[in-house]
Amino acid sequence: MIKKENISGSEALIHCLLAEGVDLIYGYPGGAIMPFYDELYKFQDKLQHVLTRHEQGATHAAQGFARVSGKVGVCVATSGPGATNLVTGIADAMIDSTPMVCITGQVPSHLLGSDAFQETDIIGISTPVTKWNYQITDVKEIPEIMAKAFYIARSGRPGPVLIDITKDAQFATADFEYKACASVRSYNPIPVVNPSEVDAAAAIISNAKKPLIVWGQGVILGKAEEEFKTFVESSNIPAAWTILGVSALPTSHPLNVGMVGMHGNYGPNVLTNECDVLIAIGMRFDDRVTGRLDSYAKQAKVVHLEIDPAEVNKNVAADVAVLGDVKQTLPMLTQRVASKPYTEWFKKFKAYDKIEFDKVINNDLNPTKEGLSMAEVLKEINRASNSDAVVVSDVGQHQMIACRYATFNHSKSNITSGGLGTMGFALPAALGAKMGAPDREVVAIIGDGGFQMTIQELGTIFQTQAAVKVVVLNNDFLGMVRQWQQLFFDKRYASTEMVNPDFVKIAEGYFIDAKRVTKREELGKAVDEMMASDKPYFLEVCVEKEDNVFPMIPSGASVSEIRLS
Amino acid sequence: METNYTISIYTENSVGLLNRVSAIFQRRHINIVSITSSASEIDDVSRFVIVVSMTEEAVKKVVGQIEKQVEVIKAFYHSDEETIFQESALYKVASKSLFEERHIQNIIKKSHANIVTVNTDFFVIEKTGFRHETEQLYDDLAPYGLLQFVRSGRISVTKSPMNIKALLNKLND
Repeated sequence: MIKKENISGSEALIHCLLAEGVDLIYGYPGGAIMPFYDELYKFQDKLQHVLTRHEQGATHAAQGFARVSGKVGVCVATSGPGATNLVTGIADAMIDSTPMVCITGQVPSHLLGSDAFQETDIIGISTPVTKWNYQITDVKEIPEIMAKAFYIARSGRPGPVLIDITKDAQFATADFEYKACASVRSYNPIPVVNPSEVDAAAAIISNAKKPLIVWGQGVILGKAEEEFKTFVESSNIPAAWTILGVSALPTSHPLNVGMVGMHGNYGPNVLTNECDVLIAIGMRFDDRVTGRLDSYAKQAKVVHLEIDPAEVNKNVAADVAVLGDVKQTLPMLTQRVASKPYTEWFKKFKAYDKIEFDKVINNDLNPTKEGLSMAEVLKEINRASNSDAVVVSDVGQHQMIACRYATFNHSKSNITSGGLGTMGFALPAALGAKMGAPDREVVAIIGDGGFQMTIQELGTIFQTQAAVKVVVLNNDFLGMVRQWQQLFFDKRYASTEMVNPDFVKIAEGYFIDAKRVTKREELGKAVDEMMASDKPYFLEVCVEKEDNVFPMIPSGASVSEIRLS
Repeated sequence: METNYTISIYTENSVGLLNRVSAIFQRRHINIVSITSSASEIDDVSRFVIVVSMTEEAVKKVVGQIEKQVEVIKAFYHSDEETIFQESALYKVASKSLFEERHIQNIIKKSHANIVTVNTDFFVIEKTGFRHETEQLYDDLAPYGLLQFVRSGRISVTKSPMNIKALLNKLND
């Protein structure tokens, strides 16, 4: 327990952060949070503050940091516009279950509700997109509320917590006593495992002839990669991943059958509608995964391992739900499920893999036309990084290509905005990821559209010198929207063509080493040069303008109606 | 099939929780029929009673989302058959009607309503009961001129036990 006599609310906030093991925060100062920043100045040797160029950047950086490290990301902003600029990142963290604590300054408590300068009801605004939020108006509340904030953010299914603190509570003084929070009586983060549910699940799986595992981020959030791998290997069941689940099992693992969902792999999507038992592990049946629900895995018995009771039967009815932390439930299931060869079943995956390779993958990775493909850039990055890099992607075509083609040896290596689909996520998230895992190579893959949504964070990268490798795949289009316009709106390219600036010059303006590649023969060398750099590096690759991402499950179609062209 | 469900929510007594709970309905475009919030049988624990018209499948999911909120202790949903519920209504009528229209006194008597207050200008009748009873009284009084009318949201208790105290004791351990 930490005790201090008669300290200010601002100093108390800093002691709370230090007590929670925080040594790095992202933020942007302003009027209502100035007392906190003043205190931060005195603690800069213990608590590093990274000044982003926009508050949204601070949230995404905190997210990137959290996703790669498994720790709680922290960001700070002032009241009013500072606070509202956090909302996109908070919503993103909410839907992707990222542990984050956001601290916002607020006008002095006597001005609340008076439409004071830079006053906004951030508690009201952030309520639907936070796991929990709270407004502190009394300095004495600080230690208990901050302890609760960190506990709630990281426990159970993680999520963002926002703490709004009035300026007078930052100035006021009180004695300080910090005790970490271990429980909140109305909150049950991890359901107690019911062994009979595990028995029932094991019975269904043991009778399966064509079982399929679909795993999600729950495996990573539960730090259950080893338990998961053991279950997959000991049961010998083919395992497919959602976009946020990838990297929990190495890409090259023989039982890894690829990605499910809208731009996932052919085999796991089609065979979702052929399997007899679908084992969902730490995933939530997002509509981008399931396609049309009333024709999703209707033939299969569904076993759902899940920590959040509200996810069970939300989109897909479970025949058996095993509630609990997968770190606990997976070993129980491993004990009860024996290995079977499933020879014929695996052959089907191989057959679909071959079709997808011939019709899509080969062409993506080894294009015969002159223009560069996005996938061949990923191929070079995989080669140059030995599949050891953290890949941070933005949102759009390049994201789908990155998730489809990036290869991973290690968990927590694919950082992307999954549920919310936030363009502008990748550049600040990559900065956060690099700071959260300084010994790892971090490569951001960004489209020309998303890059310009948070391009100012090049300034933060320059100032921190975080050695992020930024790759912009430039097709001068909002590519994914353009693809939909081509396929579903008779090629009416409404507001998707971009007239772009000279990105290399912009990067150079921030004193970041930069290069542009337009030809295939330059690509490998440029990627090698980028990877060899121990500084931030910017690489623009001009790619084919009107390439499409396939396979694709058109929205409203069934997973088995996945198109290869 | 959409039908009335009463959602009972036991919560910590904290600022902003009403907003958090109502946002769950708003986000799903569900109109709340009525809502009340009050103290419960347990100190420092509030109870929300929310009436909605939904399918059972939908109400189940909504209750799951409500229960997930950190400061919600427990949430339940029940059909009308599973609950004892009442609403209260107040009717403000000009006093001259009470003295000049002899029917009014019969209406009050027949409906088992109570006169809360009488003064020279107006009198106020209170009626607690089912919706159709307070509506009947409204219809009966309307011809004589209602100066004001207001009805509370539903309050209800369930026929089956809720066992919140036991749950809280368990959580406190």
